[in-house]
Amino acid sequence: MAVARHGIHRTRWLKLQAFRYIVFALAAIYFLIPLGAMVEFSTRANDGSRTLVFWRQIFDYQEMIGLPIDTPTGIIASLELAVITSLAMLVLLVPTMVWVRLKLPRVNRIMEFISLLPLTIPAIVLVVGLFPMYIWLGTNVNDSILTLAFAYIVLVLPYAYRALDAGLGAIDVKTLSEAARSLGARWDQVMLMVIAPNISNAILNATLLSVALVLGEYTVANNLLYNNLQVELVHLGRTNAGVSIAVAVASLMFAFVLLVILAFVGSRPRRIHKEEPATMLASQSITSI
Amino acid sequence: MTTAGSPAVATNVGRPRLGGRRFSLDWVGTVPFFAYVGLFLVLPTAIIALGAFFDANNSFTLDNFAHLSRSYVVAATVTTTEVSAITALLGAMLGALLAYAIATGNPDGVLRRMLVSASGVLAQFGGVTLAFAFIASIGPAGFVYLFFQAHGFDFYAKNLWLFDTPGLVVVYLYFQIPLMVLVFLPALDGVKPQWREATQSLGGSTWHYWRYVAGPLLFPAFLGGVLLLFANAFSAYATANALINQGAPVLAQQISNGLSSEVGAVEPGFSKALAVEMVVIVTLVTVLYSLLQRRTARWL
Repeated sequence: MAVARHGIHRTRWLKLQAFRYIVFALAAIYFLIPLGAMVEFSTRANDGSRTLVFWRQIFDYQEMIGLPIDTPTGIIASLELAVITSLAMLVLLVPTMVWVRLKLPRVNRIMEFISLLPLTIPAIVLVVGLFPMYIWLGTNVNDSILTLAFAYIVLVLPYAYRALDAGLGAIDVKTLSEAARSLGARWDQVMLMVIAPNISNAILNATLLSVALVLGEYTVANNLLYNNLQVELVHLGRTNAGVSIAVAVASLMFAFVLLVILAFVGSRPRRIHKEEPATMLASQSITSI
Repeated sequence: MTTAGSPAVATNVGRPRLGGRRFSLDWVGTVPFFAYVGLFLVLPTAIIALGAFFDANNSFTLDNFAHLSRSYVVAATVTTTEVSAITALLGAMLGALLAYAIATGNPDGVLRRMLVSASGVLAQFGGVTLAFAFIASIGPAGFVYLFFQAHGFDFYAKNLWLFDTPGLVVVYLYFQIPLMVLVFLPALDGVKPQWREATQSLGGSTWHYWRYVAGPLLFPAFLGGVLLLFANAFSAYATANALINQGAPVLAQQISNGLSSEVGAVEPGFSKALAVEMVVIVTLVTVLYSLLQRRTARWL
């Protein structure tokens, strides 16, 4: 009897393992081939031989999309936007979140609701409302591509908020800042020298997510008629597919390195790793899609 | 300001302090944040919500919504709904299978950690780069296509479906499946092995277990996943626009066209009405999703 039951278990176990590895193999084919194909495509010359010529043109593709050779490419603009957006996001969010936790706990709910709101508003919809604002901004203030940062801060808000919220939830903000204040620290010192070092992981998480999002952003830039990296990639794809895919792979690798850093940093604290990245990303990914 | 300090309060010692706090200036610290989101999140939303009801001369009108019945808007809505529904259903089924394959493995294993992290990244992986990845692989110059063509199977023999709506389905699945893995895995983790043992000890087969125990318990989570995936695909723009540059078959592309073409100048409210249409549909689906999530949470 016991042997028979063991046998049933064993066959079911074998079936299950067979099922699992078939599924994994099929998933690997579907998910890895397109990625590998980009590398293959961007290193293939017209006659089918291997070449790195497309990769060498990554930083000077302006001519190919009809821009004067000395104009900075969208790569530069996107990198600048990533830096500005991340910094502005931190300056806007961290002090406010700390302040709300210390002095206005009731506002916490409202702030969370508002911060997560952009997840439910598709980027293409937000752009419709931003369009007249950017026309006004462009004629009356400044029409630099860097003004996109205003919109990008809104796009990164939910991701940054959740990352920072997790960090602040893990430390005792009240005790730390009261201790610092009673020792004579000013509020800016509390923020920069007490709170910030204690949530450095969360700050890094929020920053990396923001950078990854800004570098991949297409919808807002394209519809507000600015040429960031992704918009130029689409133009480039229509004139020189090889270079466009080389640039795409390069930007993907850059984002991937950022995400690997994120995964490493994210798994270090005591929090259970399998919860953290999943819950953080298990949301509508409207902004980048 | 300090009217709270009226005699009536004297009965309670704690009240004056409370009242004092209520009128303190602590809220000033939140002004920058709320001013910012007011300006760049609430204001654009208000511009859409109000602007949809006005024409180019700033007089009230419902024409913008009447224009939603234009044939190309209806066609785009139908196409978007179809693509979203197909990718949501397929993505949910395939994602559930993948999630099950992950959930039945070692919960602390390296494989699971890797696959969950990969799902997190891939669920976010969309837009231009994703479209390029498929063009580079199964596009007319991609090595997969060239390989099949060389071996006598030309899957573009009839038409170049990659740059049409069938292409959207194939490409969208790339982020839909991982998203389903992320939302469905917690539900699968909530399934207790004891339930299966209980079914067995009561004489139930594997079929009974799935039909009467695990199936009904997981169904709300599955349906919730379908809805989330639907909303996700419905509002996608970048991927579609990078892949398809003719005809704007997707609603998001129609919004974009309504914004930047001449139509935008003549009928500024039209793109806003389109945006309202999209928000209404996405919000409905998302609300249903969160209701189902709550129902799932009761058991799993």
